[in-house]
Amino acid sequence: MAYQIIEGCVNCWACEPLCPSQAIHAAEPHFLIDPSVCTECDGDYADPQCASICPIEGVILNALGAPVNPPGSLTGIPPERIAEARAQIQAR
Amino acid sequence: MEQKVLAAPAVAMSAGGCSSGGCGSSPDGTTSKLAHLPEHIRAKVHNHPCFSEEAHHHYARMHVAVAPACNIQCHYCNRKYDCSNESRPGVVSELLTPEQAVKKTLAVAAEIPQMTVLGIAGPGDPLANPERTLTTFRELSEKAPDIKLCVSTNGLALPELVDEICQHNIDHVTITINCVDPEIGAQIYPWIFWNNRRIKGVKAARILIEQQQKGLEMLCDRGVLVKVNSVMIPGVNDEHLKEVSRVVKAKGAFLHNVMPLIAEPEHGTFYGLMGQRGPSNEELQALQDECAGDMAMMRHCRQCRADAVGMLGEDRGAEFTLEKIAGMEIDYAAAMQRRAEVHAAIEANRTAQQQSRSETFIPLTSLKRPPKPAAATAPQAGTAPRPVLMAVATRGGGLINEHFGHARELLVYEAAAPNGVEHVDVRFIGARKVDLYCSGGDTCGDAETALAKTIRMLAGCEAVLCSKIGFEPWGELEAAGITPNGEHAMEPIEEAVAALYREMVADGRLDAAPLTAAQHATLSA
Repeated sequence: MAYQIIEGCVNCWACEPLCPSQAIHAAEPHFLIDPSVCTECDGDYADPQCASICPIEGVILNALGAPVNPPGSLTGIPPERIAEARAQIQAR
Repeated sequence: MEQKVLAAPAVAMSAGGCSSGGCGSSPDGTTSKLAHLPEHIRAKVHNHPCFSEEAHHHYARMHVAVAPACNIQCHYCNRKYDCSNESRPGVVSELLTPEQAVKKTLAVAAEIPQMTVLGIAGPGDPLANPERTLTTFRELSEKAPDIKLCVSTNGLALPELVDEICQHNIDHVTITINCVDPEIGAQIYPWIFWNNRRIKGVKAARILIEQQQKGLEMLCDRGVLVKVNSVMIPGVNDEHLKEVSRVVKAKGAFLHNVMPLIAEPEHGTFYGLMGQRGPSNEELQALQDECAGDMAMMRHCRQCRADAVGMLGEDRGAEFTLEKIAGMEIDYAAAMQRRAEVHAAIEANRTAQQQSRSETFIPLTSLKRPPKPAAATAPQAGTAPRPVLMAVATRGGGLINEHFGHARELLVYEAAAPNGVEHVDVRFIGARKVDLYCSGGDTCGDAETALAKTIRMLAGCEAVLCSKIGFEPWGELEAAGITPNGEHAMEPIEEAVAALYREMVADGRLDAAPLTAAQHATLSA
């Protein structure tokens, strides 16, 4: 069982020093979690550390492949508002 | 270390603080604002462009972007952003390792000798990256002892790092404090990372506020100069910032910097996307004036990027990319020698300017004026002419020395003479960016021409002082009720503003009321 970092990660380094298993490393184009090392922080912390500090929604997936921080959960911006604003900016 | 020397006077500073007259409500530049401070504290800020308004005409600063991680989220920040056309905090083009940052700092110090200050400000929170941040400071304090070191932080991790900050010779710290009330904080900070958990809402804001206040007290106890930055968010914390100002001043903060919220949909921030507006120049100035009753206010902040290089208001970062500094050989001993010479020349120049100023002006520390946006009021009864706002184009050195069309920002000053024109009182109001935050292509901005935008930014001003100006902008400025003036080229700013004010009084131009915002909008449309 392991977490996963996917595209969209901004390489901010916040998660890397927190990982109790040293499972996270810097890589191109984005940071990666070694699935053979990740313990999901089981036994170390109540909450998975990487997903608890990550500022970017949707880029850390749990073992089921679901985003731990789904769109809107961290910034409070409704996903439909982002889509709407993007359309407005492009239409200028 | 310097901290030891400072430990005792810090008490005096927090006790005496700004109460000893002049500070805040006293209008002129930093010279008089700082007059009440102990000599060695004045010495600490004398050549610091971010702590001294007067110094920012002469000295440059730089930020190195070594700190990418953050431990909180603010509604005015988007952690995804990196655009070279963007100029605001939290935005950078190139993340540096501490080694790269040290090399870049030495390269800039050699190339731009008037650079006196190195700050670490992000793009995340410097103290959420303690190893990267402190390694950079440690190396620099050894290799470049003539550079002042500063750090800015949201304050969450501050208390646990105060002692290390003091060890590294960092004697200027900026804490961003937007509130002292958790209910308001919950509208600004959606979450914090604390004790290995993500915490949201009022609880999160309460912890953050406690840490900020504790960190502020600890720093002041140790004699570190603390500036407090606050982002003015209309309808959220604008009224509340007056209380913030009172609280932080009571705890010993040296300077309060109320900055306008920057929020546009294209920034992708919560505030930008949810339609939260920033304050107008007038609203910002009014709040700064109200807070100024409580403590020294900073009005020359340019809200620079976490990798900015150069004088405030300019960014020469593109000259010092990793690629470019890789090929540079720096003899820092030689550079330090040259830097000392340049600094001595700047000081000689400043002394000369101050002497000529003291012949022209009365000491403003003795003046007290009610904190109100004076320029917006109707002509006063009696003989005193009404105050006037003027914009100035300068490229540094404290002189009117920039071409109007080349200016990337204009500095706004207020001239007033409540006791008659023999004593013209000149105070700095703020900088207005001419290419507002983004000069990018078709994807950002609207169709408004640069000149029309500039004129709109100058709402409330009645004159522009510059070294030269083109024919077309001359006409359009006049049509908008702003008189261009190139006759004071190469003169010191405050003398020129005072001289033009006297000319305006003598010409009877101040007999009529200034344009209202609505009239200005009509004329400049």
